[in-house]
Amino acid sequence: MADRFDSVPQVIERLRSVDYLSDASIAGVVFLADKLGKPILVEGPAGVGKTELAKAVASITNSRLIRLQCYEGLDEAKALYEWNYKKQLLRIQVDRDQDRDWETVEGDIFSEEFLLARPLLEAIRSEEPVVLLIDEVDRIEIETEALLLEVLSDFQVSIPELGTITSANPVRPIVILTSNNTRELSEALKRRCLYLHVDYPTLEREEEIVRVRVPEIDATLATQIAKVVASIRTMDIKKAPSISETIDWARTLIYLGRNEIDPETIGETLHVLLKYQGDIQKARKELGVDGPTSPLRGTASR
Amino acid sequence: MTTAGQTQTMFDAFQGFVHELRAAGLPVSMTENLDAMRAVEYIPLEDRESLKAALGATLVKHHAHWKVFETVFDVYFAYYSKGVQAGDSDEDDPSADAEGMSLEEMMAAMEGGGAMGELDNEALAQMLMNALMTMDREMLRQIAGAAVSRFAGMEPGRPVGGAYYLYRTLRQLDAEGLVSKMLQQAQDAGEIAEGAYDERLAKEEFEARLKILKEMIEAEIRRRLVADRGVEAMARTLRKPLPEDVDFMHASREEMLHLQRAIYPLTRALAARLAQKRRRRNRGTLDFRQTVRRSLSYGGVPVEPKFKHPKPHKPEIMVIADISGSVASFARFTLQFVYAMQSEFSRVRSWVFIDGIDEVTGFFEDSDDIAEAIHKVNTEANVVWVDGHSDYGHAFEMWHKEHITEVTKKTTVIILGDARNNYHATQAWTIAEAQKRARRVFWLDPEPRGYWDTGDSIISEYAKYCDGTFECRNLRQLRTFVTAVIDAQ
Repeated sequence: MADRFDSVPQVIERLRSVDYLSDASIAGVVFLADKLGKPILVEGPAGVGKTELAKAVASITNSRLIRLQCYEGLDEAKALYEWNYKKQLLRIQVDRDQDRDWETVEGDIFSEEFLLARPLLEAIRSEEPVVLLIDEVDRIEIETEALLLEVLSDFQVSIPELGTITSANPVRPIVILTSNNTRELSEALKRRCLYLHVDYPTLEREEEIVRVRVPEIDATLATQIAKVVASIRTMDIKKAPSISETIDWARTLIYLGRNEIDPETIGETLHVLLKYQGDIQKARKELGVDGPTSPLRGTASR
Repeated sequence: MTTAGQTQTMFDAFQGFVHELRAAGLPVSMTENLDAMRAVEYIPLEDRESLKAALGATLVKHHAHWKVFETVFDVYFAYYSKGVQAGDSDEDDPSADAEGMSLEEMMAAMEGGGAMGELDNEALAQMLMNALMTMDREMLRQIAGAAVSRFAGMEPGRPVGGAYYLYRTLRQLDAEGLVSKMLQQAQDAGEIAEGAYDERLAKEEFEARLKILKEMIEAEIRRRLVADRGVEAMARTLRKPLPEDVDFMHASREEMLHLQRAIYPLTRALAARLAQKRRRRNRGTLDFRQTVRRSLSYGGVPVEPKFKHPKPHKPEIMVIADISGSVASFARFTLQFVYAMQSEFSRVRSWVFIDGIDEVTGFFEDSDDIAEAIHKVNTEANVVWVDGHSDYGHAFEMWHKEHITEVTKKTTVIILGDARNNYHATQAWTIAEAQKRARRVFWLDPEPRGYWDTGDSIISEYAKYCDGTFECRNLRQLRTFVTAVIDAQ
């Protein structure tokens, strides 16, 4: 197995070079995934950069990113492979006049030529290095999870008509699964993966992220932003601001030409960070800031 | 660098570690154990953060278990990581070379010499203040070490977890007052502006710093305890139940907070599963009219049978909860559960009772915030009839009188309570009638099954008319209940 990384600090360094700020646990798991050849299961709240991680890993390893977006009702035909039924029919039509026995025809139409590769098969057959991202795996039903197991543990797909397709790639692809934890994933799936829980970043890390992603920002402003966001996250609210919302907020402030955060600015722009009217009101009350009295969005209460 | 002997020691240490994780309740499988052993081969052992990440990634597959893992890791590797390799980060710590010393010797060494030995308490407090203001971690760690030697009063050989030592050390350092002192100092220096908002941010920052200090002290105490009593004994003392096994009745504040967070996904799962079931079973009974109509295009042969679309089953849930003193902490949980249910299901109605009963659906609907809703329930709901001791019979009778006609075939009734009726009349017929009208009736009891029907508990009187009675003392059991309800839908 070809090694992509030498050490954990090196992974951190290289992730940083593509503007992804990791830490010992994130980089450690990526490092191990490469060494042990195991998939990574990333769990955590929405918007902490789970999908970004896959993109960053693809970019530092010069791999193609193949993405399988999961949704309820995803099946074999969408995830693994499908027979190109129209092409098969056409082939039979063409063959009709020639006198050929059934075996030959069958062997003909169930060959790789008529196979439509879906993301998982595509990742396995790929000759170039690949990072396979299976996004939001908690959205598929627990029964469908079984589809993934063969791919995850042995990196192969069994097709009844063709046999088992294994990866010809000398570099084993890195597989990253993400989950928003809306349901428990099965033990079978978890056992096959390295588990990584990504949470909201620490104050220092968030500050750095803001500075890297919004390079034109002032250092003190970045510090202030990180502090306010961290403070809001400690409140008991419905939806805590994610990293992407922090970055949006930083950009908003830059756009408005603010170099410093004062209570009025927070009051005016809080809706960038928080998406529920109840949350906004609560944050205003706790931070002691006023804001525009008219609600910017409809109330979210049901 | 590592000899065979050392490798063997490390291997034993890891196996002891895994063994302890299992003893603490973590489901570590054989494959995961092997993965962890393979993983540590690639990690330099002196890099504790990476080692922790590697072991965590391979052995811990539920985020809720992380805290247990962390405790066990700290106990095991605070001790083992030192002897293995030189150049450990603990090297410059005065007590790091105390390996092999007994606790008394360590104490004596600390109290006698060392950089902090000669300082009096006030000077130490001043140094602590400075270190906190500038956030000098190295300094803080040394102060933590000195403070533990000086104030904790550790006695060797005692089977304790160290919580008391921590408390003693913190009290001597005046941890409670430190934040306000820091605030004062920062204000005097003009570092923070006036105003509630700035003060809040500064206060939070200082609290975070203090937390770091606390963790350092805790780690220091733990390390000395491990040195004193050995890893296994220490791990056993610190063993705590997993979050899903924490008893609702005896949960600490912190555990309660965790429970509160865990309940949401559970009710969401319940809602999601119910919706899913609805969608997946897209075949109803045979639609005769349609089938005959279709058959016309096949010359009257019903080739393609048509089925009716099933009527979507919209579950309607009625929750009746005991909030009397005997189930006080359970009641807190109950209300959270009800609140979570009401935000996920559109048709939930809820009542609370002690000896009177009052509908509280409105309280939960009106407020966006759970704390506010619970406060309203506790202060405004009219639940006391005579003396404020539970009277299930009277409460059920009142409920029956007012609302029994609203119970329909779609309704699921969930009753939460310990059925300790203070020897009042049971009025079980009310439940019998509810069961006749309702889709199903469930009872969740927060007491261990062994206590049921002892003393004034009369659960089996009511259980006769329930479709299921569940012991519901922790998240695991609640989960069992939720799955049972889903599967039976």
